Amino acid sequence: MAEMFELFLRSAFVDNLALAYFLGMCTFLAVSKNVKTAIGLGIAVIVVQTITVPVNNLIYNLFLKEGSAVLPQYDLSFLGLICFIGVIAAMVQILEMTLDKFFPALYSALGIFLPLITVNCAILGGTLFMQQRDYSFTESCVFGLGSGFGWAAAIVALAGIREKLKYSDIPHGLRGLGITFIIVGLMALGFQAFLGI
Amino acid sequence: MASETSPKDLILDPVFKNNPIALQILGICSALAVTTKLSTSVTMSIAVVAVCACSGAAIAAIRDRIPSSIRIIVQMTIIASLVILVDQVLKAFAYSLSKELSVFVGLIITNCIVMGRAEGFAMKNSTYDSFLDGIGNGLGYALILMVVGFFRELFGSGTLFGITVLPKQEVVDGVSQGWYEPNGLMLLSPSAFFIIGIFIWILRTWDPSQVEEA
Repeated sequence: MAEMFELFLRSAFVDNLALAYFLGMCTFLAVSKNVKTAIGLGIAVIVVQTITVPVNNLIYNLFLKEGSAVLPQYDLSFLGLICFIGVIAAMVQILEMTLDKFFPALYSALGIFLPLITVNCAILGGTLFMQQRDYSFTESCVFGLGSGFGWAAAIVALAGIREKLKYSDIPHGLRGLGITFIIVGLMALGFQAFLGI
Repeated sequence: MASETSPKDLILDPVFKNNPIALQILGICSALAVTTKLSTSVTMSIAVVAVCACSGAAIAAIRDRIPSSIRIIVQMTIIASLVILVDQVLKAFAYSLSKELSVFVGLIITNCIVMGRAEGFAMKNSTYDSFLDGIGNGLGYALILMVVGFFRELFGSGTLFGITVLPKQEVVDGVSQGWYEPNGLMLLSPSAFFIIGIFIWILRTWDPSQVEEA
């Protein structure tokens, strides 16, 4: 149990997908203009990440890996990428339909962000790290939850800073995207401090 | 984009005027993580230019036959197949480089530049134009990658392509050699953000029309 907790903390803070590995940067910078939408997107990422990483883990271990449970005689790991992205796209689609039917309020709150998640590198990146580090099924559940949570925390924090930024006097050419990059850099420096844990 | 644009504009426009990273905020994820060394940046750039150009051409060639409801999945499949190809080639001919790039080769699939050009340009234009547009956008991405990689390797380790340019200050057999004290910050992730931030600043001072009203 303690190990799982440690893995959760490590994936959420030390190995933060957004600030340590720069994954999901495009949406991270584009959708962080206000806190409300950032929270919506953050929740969507947590949900999708927690589902897709374990599912991809099962697929990889049961079918694709050399000496896998179902097809032990074939090494299909080169098909990994195409399977993973298929699973992610399918999961997002299913999630979208489920939410639309059973939780319409949450569905309309997430709006456009759900389909966008398919092309969010944080999701595919989480799966690829899971494959590279050879996580077991339980570990992959914890890793999915932790990394999703870390990403959500980072985007909400950045959105908070950007809201306050409206009141500051920034050099003309640096306004908008430029200053955002520098802020993210400073945030990443801050997150490096978690390395000591 | 108008269809009369010349091939030269198709290639050069995205490099300076409409840079995918600096202006459209696309494909930043991988741009930052692979740039600690110049050699990995170059490899990554070539891979992205190849995937971008080929996927653009392939999607443009069958654009009239793709039903619009499933176009995203079709595009994804084409891009994923090309990326698998690149991954296998890298593993076969440059194994140590492909180890260093680790998951980031796979992440070209979700690189928004490739996806964005497929959706925004290749679905509407001819095969040849899309191919050139893919090369142009790939080069725009490559330019930023090279600049960031150049500064990070030069100031972080004092080398370029692994060859020493700024001799490191160290004491060998009681004699002190070199003069350059490597800047460790440059090897950490935040420095990439600073460099791109400053790059955007310079680009926008040079061409003020790119400044957004925030």
